[in-house]
Amino acid sequence: MTDDTYNFAYLDEQTKRMIRRAILKGLAIPGYQVPFASREMPMPYGWGTGGVQVSAAVMTPEDRFKVIDQGADDTTNAVSIRSFFQRTAGVATTTTTAEATVIQTRHRIPEAPLTEGQILVYQVPIPEPLRFLEPRESETRKMHSLEEYGLMHVKLYEDISRHGHIATSYAYPVKVEGRYVMDPSPIPKFDNPKLSDCPAIQLFGAGREQRIYALPPYTRVVSLDFEDHPFEPSKADHPCGLCGAEDSYLDEVIVDDAGGRIFVCSDTDHCEGRQAAGHRGKDAA
Amino acid sequence: MQEAQTLSGGFADPPRDAAHAFRGVMEAMARPGTLHSLQGARPPAPLSAAAGAVILTLCDSETPLHLAGPADCAAVRAWVAFHTGAPPSGPADCVFALGTWAALAPLSAYPVGTPDYPDRSATLIVECDVLRQDGARLTGPGIRDSARLSLPDRQAFADNAALFPRGLDFLFTCGDRIAALPRSTKVT
Repeated sequence: MTDDTYNFAYLDEQTKRMIRRAILKGLAIPGYQVPFASREMPMPYGWGTGGVQVSAAVMTPEDRFKVIDQGADDTTNAVSIRSFFQRTAGVATTTTTAEATVIQTRHRIPEAPLTEGQILVYQVPIPEPLRFLEPRESETRKMHSLEEYGLMHVKLYEDISRHGHIATSYAYPVKVEGRYVMDPSPIPKFDNPKLSDCPAIQLFGAGREQRIYALPPYTRVVSLDFEDHPFEPSKADHPCGLCGAEDSYLDEVIVDDAGGRIFVCSDTDHCEGRQAAGHRGKDAA
Repeated sequence: MQEAQTLSGGFADPPRDAAHAFRGVMEAMARPGTLHSLQGARPPAPLSAAAGAVILTLCDSETPLHLAGPADCAAVRAWVAFHTGAPPSGPADCVFALGTWAALAPLSAYPVGTPDYPDRSATLIVECDVLRQDGARLTGPGIRDSARLSLPDRQAFADNAALFPRGLDFLFTCGDRIAALPRSTKVT
């Protein structure tokens, strides 16, 4: 049901123009965080206000929209954002990755490879990869302009000296086209390799922090590492309990009060697709 | 007559027409060297339909617009003022500039952003007589291997790319078609 009392895709046209200009500058300077005048949205900060504003700015009536939250199409956040655009933009929705033209995501990249006709919109809580190392915006801005990223390597090195390996497992920093260090949003580092050389357009929206950044298709994205401690995408060392997949990112789910647990694909569409194709894991009913 | 021309030629359904036009502009900017079609705008001469659609989609009272050469005529000024409210400006403090390649020169007149804020740079809308996927070789983000685009110059764009992350971004318009060249693209 479309609610005609709202403008198409909720936002007013001037706001959309402002966001669209920021998106274009973001695409022209891959990995650079473009400031934008983020609006109040009818949902709290932290629930994807940045992603929603970016989705609203790129959406056309013909789009087919998918939303995932930690890989799942059926969580509260994903369901409400999907119905928000169903209502305010009248767009078709889907849970199937291959059918979607615009995919808004919180903290995952779908397992199915993305294609040229698709746009992936990330919800970003803290866009500044250096923020926990240097709290002052004035300083981190200077560090980006001078390409002064030594502090980030110190942080990764401290991981190694303390844990014996790089313990950062999500929001793992990347370098874009050899220039900007970028926060890929809190995706697991398992997903980092999918950022690079991706045929789809990747857009990042941080509502509370008022930043938009972007990766054009086929952009070179490298996870930071050391020669003797190369980057390693990691996942739980199990097959999926429902579909048996050995190559997908897994969630650990507690199933009873006795410490029982199973590992299942975090990408629900991927898992359901495999089960429909007859794949079964050891915990499948 | 003049007034009718000023008041007409905008998007018939602004939210949806602008959404379609922006997708074309964004795809062009994200994939340098690809051609896209922009529909829905009928600006006064000498503006192309694509340039008109870009103006309607991206310009408003917050974006000073520099009209260069033949584009800086009474009909265009009135049309832009009525449909977008974009304040006219010189090249030094514009957000968008519109004109032929010859009229827009020299590129040194436009803001290229600062090292802290490279996004505070102008976007030039270059009206072209031809727009084809041949000529200069393009490589960089958004391009799988390489692409080709009929650019009005090569050295100027190579110099612009050398400023990265500062620099100008270009939209090329011809009839209803558009292509783009962001500063990140290397031109040889």
